[in-house]
Amino acid sequence: MAELTYRDAVAAGIAQEMERDENVVFLGEDIGAAGGVFKATVGLFEKFGPRRVRDTPISEQAILGAAMGAAMTGLKPIAEIMFSDFLAVCWDIVANEIAKTRYMTNGQIALPLVIRTANGAGSRFGAQHSQAVENWAMAIPGIKVVAPAFPADVKGLLAAAVRDPDPVLFFEQKSLYPMKGEVPDGEHVDELGKAKVLREGKDCTIVALASMVHKSLDAAAILEKEHGISATVVDVRSLVPLDTQTILTEIGKTGRLFTVEENPRLCGWGAEIVSIAAEECFWTLDAPMVRITTPHIPLPSADKLEDATIPSVERIVKEVSQKMD
Amino acid sequence: MDTSVKRKKAGSPPEIDIGRETRMELYRQQLELRYCEKRAYDLFLQNLIKGTSHLSLGQEAIAAGFGVAMRPDDWTFCTYRGHAHTLARGASMAGVLGELMGRECGLLGGKGGSMHLTDVSKGAMGSYAIIGAHLPVAAGAAWSAQYRGTEQVAVCFFGDGTTNIGAFHEALNFAAIWKLPVIFVCENNLYMEYTPIHTVTAVEHPAADRASAYGLEKIVIDGNDADEVYKTAVKFMDRARKGGGPALIEAMTYRHSGHSRADPGQYRPKGELEKWLEQDPLKRYRSRLLEVGFNEATLKDMEAEAMRKVDEATETAKASPVPGLDAIDRDVWADGSTAWRN
Ligand SMILES: Cc1ncc(C[n+]2csc(CCOP(=O)(O)OP(=O)(O)O)c2C)c(N)n1
Repeated sequence: MAELTYRDAVAAGIAQEMERDENVVFLGEDIGAAGGVFKATVGLFEKFGPRRVRDTPISEQAILGAAMGAAMTGLKPIAEIMFSDFLAVCWDIVANEIAKTRYMTNGQIALPLVIRTANGAGSRFGAQHSQAVENWAMAIPGIKVVAPAFPADVKGLLAAAVRDPDPVLFFEQKSLYPMKGEVPDGEHVDELGKAKVLREGKDCTIVALASMVHKSLDAAAILEKEHGISATVVDVRSLVPLDTQTILTEIGKTGRLFTVEENPRLCGWGAEIVSIAAEECFWTLDAPMVRITTPHIPLPSADKLEDATIPSVERIVKEVSQKMD
Repeated sequence: MDTSVKRKKAGSPPEIDIGRETRMELYRQQLELRYCEKRAYDLFLQNLIKGTSHLSLGQEAIAAGFGVAMRPDDWTFCTYRGHAHTLARGASMAGVLGELMGRECGLLGGKGGSMHLTDVSKGAMGSYAIIGAHLPVAAGAAWSAQYRGTEQVAVCFFGDGTTNIGAFHEALNFAAIWKLPVIFVCENNLYMEYTPIHTVTAVEHPAADRASAYGLEKIVIDGNDADEVYKTAVKFMDRARKGGGPALIEAMTYRHSGHSRADPGQYRPKGELEKWLEQDPLKRYRSRLLEVGFNEATLKDMEAEAMRKVDEATETAKASPVPGLDAIDRDVWADGSTAWRN
């Protein structure tokens, strides 16, 4: 096992798949010699050359449209959208074209492609460069949605996404890029649609995604130490497909559910999980379920304001401990 | 096809002779596209076709010219006004009419409808109902041909109104900088939906006048002349195949019917349609064929044969059952299921 940063794991995952399959190509803005604005793709251009690692103009519709056209004719493109907020610029291609094509064509057209994008807050970039938008994608039939929290998952899930026959939106949490972790050497491929239980507790289940997984783990340690509350922490990892079984099983064991997400309050993915739990394991619940989210506001930029908007370790500790009383 | 592409010297534009067989093919296609679309209109009136539909009556020379010029493994991308383009690639006529009627035999099993006709086995890579969305997609297909060195070409049809949407400009620049083998074909029928294009566009030729912005040449052709379309198609597809990059072609034409099923086209000034009916591509092509030595009997036979084919396709489509409800949740995902959770 090597110790890699989350950002290096991105490059490692892409390199692994490009080495394996000549049809895997990579395109996006500044991804070539520049190595990506987040330096998550450093070395790929040197290794695979401009034929396979292609800098594009600032043309988000063309980037994803071209990825789609290439995917339907035999390539396996990985396309980068620099910040997930910019997906709105090419949302037609995502929501109307890529997601619907297989269905509308009665299975004639397959689109094995991956859209990678930097998601989420924590960098003081303000409301147009900081949103977590994975819930936008989750609402559309036909597109898979993945959001890893650890370097090993970045490499393994990215490889799984490239090999998946369906289109996958891959949300990288930008605040996690510098984070280090053990990553299996050699070929590493994970499985989409499997949640992970990172910590087992008796009193409550916290379900989280991406950076909120780390905050939930930290909160769980404090809850244990300072409040005597023992929490299970589940990393969802993939919203579509969703590992409902693991989530329901863990809720069943503790009887209490907290979801922690970066999305604004309305229609965040936590609402879906809460609603599934209400329908399918209501009788195992001991108390109302609690969603910890951002308020329904655009993201502010200043240190103090951004920190107050995004669920923090302290807030998770506070909400969980208060509700558990 | 008996088309020969000759060059005076390497690099100079090819001179194209249109042989007798190619001419017959061009006429046959135009007849079939015309008769089939007229049939679709009749089927609407009988309420056998629901929803909306966009006919390209009067624009057949463009679909036919390209259809005949394309290699079977080339790709076509078209719009919601895509019946003719799809048929011109050789898609089953019963499959097209069946799809319009929502039958099981439809090209998309009834899941796509008129605006999404697709037949991948014939290189018809989809009909896109969002204005301009398919231009970057066509560029992407061309990229994959270039990447794999297959010498395939992607041909992308769209209307004049499409030239004012962002995706048009993104795709053109993208295709030009990567020298992709894609031919963008603007069918300028003078109207975007109900609005005359010149009232919403700052240049006279909405596509061709902008070509230079992408380093491309200005090409305006008579889109009602199948020979001219065919020659242009051969010339630029040949160039694209050999690495010469994309072309943007503006073909001038006119739709005889309204924008869609619901539109009687009353916004058009008096006399305009009549003037264009004189330029009807079928009428012109018929005279051309007689001029170059075809006899009346041959043409009559071809016309009867095209009609017979449409009749037969209509009967096949009508006889096809409506799709079973089990089709409803197939093909969301590659594994055939709709399951988004376990
Ligand atoms: C993005 C988008 N905006 C608006 C429409 C509605 N619409 C459908 S067809 C059309 C006119 C298109 O005109 P043109 O590109 O000239 O094509 P034509 O119909 O003449 O073939 C419009 C506005 C649409 N389908 N997509």
